[in-house]
Amino acid sequence: MSFLVEALVSFLLLFGAVFAVVGSIGLVRLPDFFTRLHGPTKATTLGIGAIVVALLLHSTASAGAVSLKELAISLFLFITAPVSAHVLAKAALKARR
Amino acid sequence: MLSLALPLAVALVALAMALNLVRLVLGPQLVDRILALDTLNVNAIGLVVMLGLLLGTKAYLEAALILAMMGFVGTVALAKYLLSGDLIE
Amino acid sequence: MSRWLPQPVLTFVIAGLWLVVVSSFTLNSLVMAGLVGIAIPLLVRGFWTDRPHLRRPLRALGLLGRVLVDILIANLQVARRVLGPLSRLRPAFVTIPLDVSSPYVATILGSIVSLTPGTVSVEIEMEARTMLVHALDAPDPQALVATVKTRYEAPLKEIFGC
Repeated sequence: MSFLVEALVSFLLLFGAVFAVVGSIGLVRLPDFFTRLHGPTKATTLGIGAIVVALLLHSTASAGAVSLKELAISLFLFITAPVSAHVLAKAALKARR
Repeated sequence: MLSLALPLAVALVALAMALNLVRLVLGPQLVDRILALDTLNVNAIGLVVMLGLLLGTKAYLEAALILAMMGFVGTVALAKYLLSGDLIE
Repeated sequence: MSRWLPQPVLTFVIAGLWLVVVSSFTLNSLVMAGLVGIAIPLLVRGFWTDRPHLRRPLRALGLLGRVLVDILIANLQVARRVLGPLSRLRPAFVTIPLDVSSPYVATILGSIVSLTPGTVSVEIEMEARTMLVHALDAPDPQALVATVKTRYEAPLKEIFGC
């Protein structure tokens, strides 16, 4: 594996991990449910998505063939995150009324 | 470089999961706990995927895929329970 | 055709996903992928609302690229707000009037809004044609409504033609 690919994989891993932590800090720190919802739906999704893409790059570079399973995981995360945020927000709104 | 970045990323995601656990215990409402569980699950996907990289095996990808699917279905089912009071009408 | 393959695109997506997950390209897995791809759309036919046709596929790709860039920018903004002083946040519920008539397109808009600019879609009311959105920091709600409408809704209307 070349130096460039390794640097990119390392960068994506750290970038993703930092965003996962930011999302979780938001979950703990923000004052009420609706503001808390923002951290996990955006920051954590992007963070874990970046980690999975880093793995996609790594396995593609080391095996020489595109590994699509990682791409499926990260797509799935990006499609489902807004949906679960939406149902949770709906449930919270109903509980508040 | 990767041998340095990978353990650091694992540690950061583990820290994120510990923070999720704080919210899971504190609550105060049921929705907060469901949100914390969902986030915990998403972080667990990242952790499992990195564990696969650390151990050099591809078998962990299936686990990550199943976590992603089951976590989504579980979150929606719990939210649906809060919305309507039961799961099957 | 339409009786046995109600969603041809969905059939291909499911079959492709099956091949990816099995990660082998033998006759066995091909047959299984075809069977799953035909069976699942038939089973979920009852839940599916009618989908408007994609009028401008190239424009859709452009929108996808814009959304991906916006996801990155929105995340940097959310990170700054989460880590910064909380007293300066002005969270607000904002009602956005919808121009799109199809629930399918409204769902796509809701997903984009949830992933991009500091907002989460809370409720979509198709009868009243409104979308309730919660913003993490909205000093000017009118500007937020204008941004969502011009940046995401107008291209979606153009792409799906409704």
